[in-house]
Amino acid sequence: MDDLMNLQGQGHVRLGSSAGQALTRRDGRLKVTGAATYAADNRPDGLLHAVLATAGIAKGRVTQLDVAAAAAHPGVVKVYTPENAPRLAISPDEKIHPFVWRMETLTDDRVRYAGQPIALVLAETLEAATEGARLLAPRYEAEPHRVTLDDAEPFETDTTVFGRPATHVSGDVEAARSGAAHHVEATVETSQQYHNSIEPHAITARWDGARLEIDTPNQAIGLSKQTFAAFLGIDPSQILLRSPFIGGGFGSKAILYGGQLLAVLAARELGRPVKLVLRRDQMYGPVGHRAPTRQALQIDLDAEGNIAALEHDTVTLTSSFDQFLESASNASHSLYAAPNLRTTHHGRRADVGTPGPMRAPGEAPGSAALEIAMDAAARSAGLDPLEFRLKNYAESDPSTGQPFSSKGLRECYAEAARLFGWAGRPAEPRSLREGRLLKGWGMGTAQFPCPMFQAAAHATLRADGTAVIETSAADMGQGAWTALAQIAADGLGIDLDKVEFRSGHSDLPDAGVAGGSGHTATAGTALFNAGADAVRQLAELATTDPASPLFGAGNAGVTARAGRLWRNDDERSESYEDILARAGLDLVRGEGKGAREGEPERAMFSHGAVFAEVLVDPDLGQVRVSRLIGAFAAGRIVNPRLARSQLLGGMIWGIGMALQEEAVHDARTGRLTNADLAGYHVPVNADVPMIEALTVHEDDPYVNALGIKGVGEIGVTGTVGAIGNAVWHATGVQPARFPIHPESLI
Amino acid sequence: MNRFEYTRAETLGAAVGAEGAFLAGGTNLLDLMKIGVAAPDRLVDISHLPLDRIEESAGGLRIGAMVRNADIARDPQVLARYPALAEALLSGASAQLRNAATTGGNVMQATRCSYFQDPLSPCNRREPGSGCGALGGVTRTHAVLGWTEGCIAVHPSDMCVALAAYDAVVEITGPGGLREVAMEEFHPLPDAEGAGAPSLSPGEIITHIRLPDPGPLARHGRYVKLRERTSFAFAIVSAAAALAIEDGVITEARLALGGVAARPWRCRKAEEALKGALATAETFARASELATDGARPSGDNAAKIVLAQRIAARALERAAAGTPDRLPALPASVFAGDDNG
Repeated sequence: MDDLMNLQGQGHVRLGSSAGQALTRRDGRLKVTGAATYAADNRPDGLLHAVLATAGIAKGRVTQLDVAAAAAHPGVVKVYTPENAPRLAISPDEKIHPFVWRMETLTDDRVRYAGQPIALVLAETLEAATEGARLLAPRYEAEPHRVTLDDAEPFETDTTVFGRPATHVSGDVEAARSGAAHHVEATVETSQQYHNSIEPHAITARWDGARLEIDTPNQAIGLSKQTFAAFLGIDPSQILLRSPFIGGGFGSKAILYGGQLLAVLAARELGRPVKLVLRRDQMYGPVGHRAPTRQALQIDLDAEGNIAALEHDTVTLTSSFDQFLESASNASHSLYAAPNLRTTHHGRRADVGTPGPMRAPGEAPGSAALEIAMDAAARSAGLDPLEFRLKNYAESDPSTGQPFSSKGLRECYAEAARLFGWAGRPAEPRSLREGRLLKGWGMGTAQFPCPMFQAAAHATLRADGTAVIETSAADMGQGAWTALAQIAADGLGIDLDKVEFRSGHSDLPDAGVAGGSGHTATAGTALFNAGADAVRQLAELATTDPASPLFGAGNAGVTARAGRLWRNDDERSESYEDILARAGLDLVRGEGKGAREGEPERAMFSHGAVFAEVLVDPDLGQVRVSRLIGAFAAGRIVNPRLARSQLLGGMIWGIGMALQEEAVHDARTGRLTNADLAGYHVPVNADVPMIEALTVHEDDPYVNALGIKGVGEIGVTGTVGAIGNAVWHATGVQPARFPIHPESLI
Repeated sequence: MNRFEYTRAETLGAAVGAEGAFLAGGTNLLDLMKIGVAAPDRLVDISHLPLDRIEESAGGLRIGAMVRNADIARDPQVLARYPALAEALLSGASAQLRNAATTGGNVMQATRCSYFQDPLSPCNRREPGSGCGALGGVTRTHAVLGWTEGCIAVHPSDMCVALAAYDAVVEITGPGGLREVAMEEFHPLPDAEGAGAPSLSPGEIITHIRLPDPGPLARHGRYVKLRERTSFAFAIVSAAAALAIEDGVITEARLALGGVAARPWRCRKAEEALKGALATAETFARASELATDGARPSGDNAAKIVLAQRIAARALERAAAGTPDRLPALPASVFAGDDNG
């Protein structure tokens, strides 16, 4: 309700002049011409290059490092090992906030997973540091390790991650099951996956006395500054963190890792700037991943096909030394009308790096399994998959009973089904053909929460009618800088080309995290409110000045548009320049915050429907997604071009998860066998012949004052299951595992 | 990365006998150096050698070792007479890599066996006598033909599979003079101890690939490649087929498999069965079973034997249908579209 009151309080500005336009990225030219500077592009004078040496076993101790050989290599300046590595100010295991995991900073000789950093070599050149790291030639005392779901050590836990409960129960599942007409069970496994951002994790750190300058790609600039400060034991005000461009993050750059702290510590101790850039293979271990899951679903139906009970259990891995559990079962909380619901998670510890948030964490694998089970349930009820989902449409959140703040899912189903041509789909598998190929149609429902974080922003109107807006927002390629500037321009009531956007910099007001699909809503609200605050100050000046044509209109009786304030009661208006000039002011500065106050009384989600057509070669088992169509209800769409790109990107991610992405361990060595972009497959253009994402109109007066939800992750959900269900329809084989390999279909 | 010396050879004479690793397109060797699998003290850059021409030769073609993969694939003579070669090339790597990679480099590229690429694993190919790290490991893509306990790696090239089917000959110049080796025998098969003797002696260099006159095979040549990603992925299995057909009867047949062995695998028994038979699906199914004669799984890859037979049958069927006027938009893909309608 507070949000509604905010909206009313800002009646003299309006959203929609710039927001809503399908503008191209404001930073597009910089990026395609190579002028955009990424963290690893920084080459301060006196730079030292740092290279990590990493463990080649999965568990045990490092018994020997040939430090002398490394140090003797020409160009090598320093070799840090657990014996001499500079120390953090606090324990590496300190949980200073929920978004921090063990900072692996060479604190001991233990090896906890293959790929773990065991030493850091600094040299005058990258090549010398690389060779120095190689010359360390570590020897180990190996211990038996476990790296797979099958042999890992079970443990029970009350929470999965971010304090989320591991278990949810509503209603009485057993009672409902005993009276059910149909009982369906489905087991689905998902693979271990890596973020594989094209820009590797990188940091350039430089001390100037007590002041620290850091260039590092980061999705949560304000929080990361605090995190650096806490682990370094310095005041946050001494840190400047720059992250002007991020070459993909997908969650892995929302978290700080020990390597970044080691680079900073080395720069301090050696008195020279230090740059550390992970090699591609080093990104498979110490900087997070999505853990594999084994999910078991049970769905009970009454005779008419209504869900009587839904049960979703997830077994997933975390590391031996920290906890991040993929909360996949939560995908079943709020999607279908299950009056009796039980979701559970079981952890297992393995000798792997700690997993982390990866695009749609929990939701992506959870949705994949849920949608496969839903199709199995639809078949047992003899219903079309879409009809079955409509029959079990949740009018309120089944896990809480709360009404939805808005839910345009019916429109999504209808629009996507119409465009796809779903009507008339034969129920039997193997009934569609294209030449010798089997053809299948499948669908899935997409859903993703609409969180808001905390953001602050400034908006300054200047005497020449231009404005500068400031917030530390992170653009990781999704287009945040463009969409946020559009919102800010509307908040200020001026054209976008008059808005200078300062961002990606920790001295600016904290924009919160670019994650959880909440960045546009959170930082956008702060920017809009900052602009509205500046306009409010102008209105105050003008409407109380007898020399202004706006005098007497009342401070709520004017509207900002195109750089002028307009009376609501007649045609007169005055430009911002004139108002400021007569007041003798160079500028007015507005401040704004973006956050959701209090506990929401409504369930807030984006929704969508994804329809997939696949072709399967019956002899060779190869699958091709020949058509992929999604429709999404995601509140107000700030920039249709960028939102579509985000949605398509999510759906293509879903193709990868369904058919390609899989990190494969050798159980004997505990090492990955495909830790590079040649061996770990993500989709290429040729894998995506036809794809479309629509958005349906959705007004949401509750989610926030601007009605913005989020589009960053929802495209992944729904898609994996839709492809899996299409594969069933083509072949009659229900996927037990993603990715689906050709061998499983012949 | 170790320090190394770099020199450039401007003439064949300067290159032959030179000590060091030959660098051409660099698309494989530089990767191997970066991951610590190769550590040459000296790189001899041969990319400027005047071996960059495709020439007519006794009714066939002679392709210089420095011709870029992309240029072979777009050459009108190659497209007209050796279409399976063009299709194989276009199904490999990415456009950027094909622009850089050379004919000789493609032949000489290393296996992508992940154990070969992991210096921490034993590998007889990388370090003779150390054992085979792949045996008993993750072997989904490993050999099903011609392997030993010493090595179960496969050769990754698409180009070489088509070249083997077309009876290509590798021309080699070394300190001892010229020699020639058939493409299908150029890459050694492993022995019990390891990967087998190297294809080239120190100082030897591939100068050309010679393709004989294809005759009527020109009109019926195709390459088909199974992989989970439609571009920039190595074959799980692949097949090159070329046929001569008169009045529905096969008068000459060539069949080679990729992704199954340490060399492109020429299927002689299948070819014999095809010759003189009617060009029908039944004939191709029968021949494709002979294509994997002697195959056995080297680990968790028994499915590859079935897949290899089926890809062979598919390549034969497509070849019999005739080379299309234009290569399909998805070269060599199962979903190329020309046998789906």
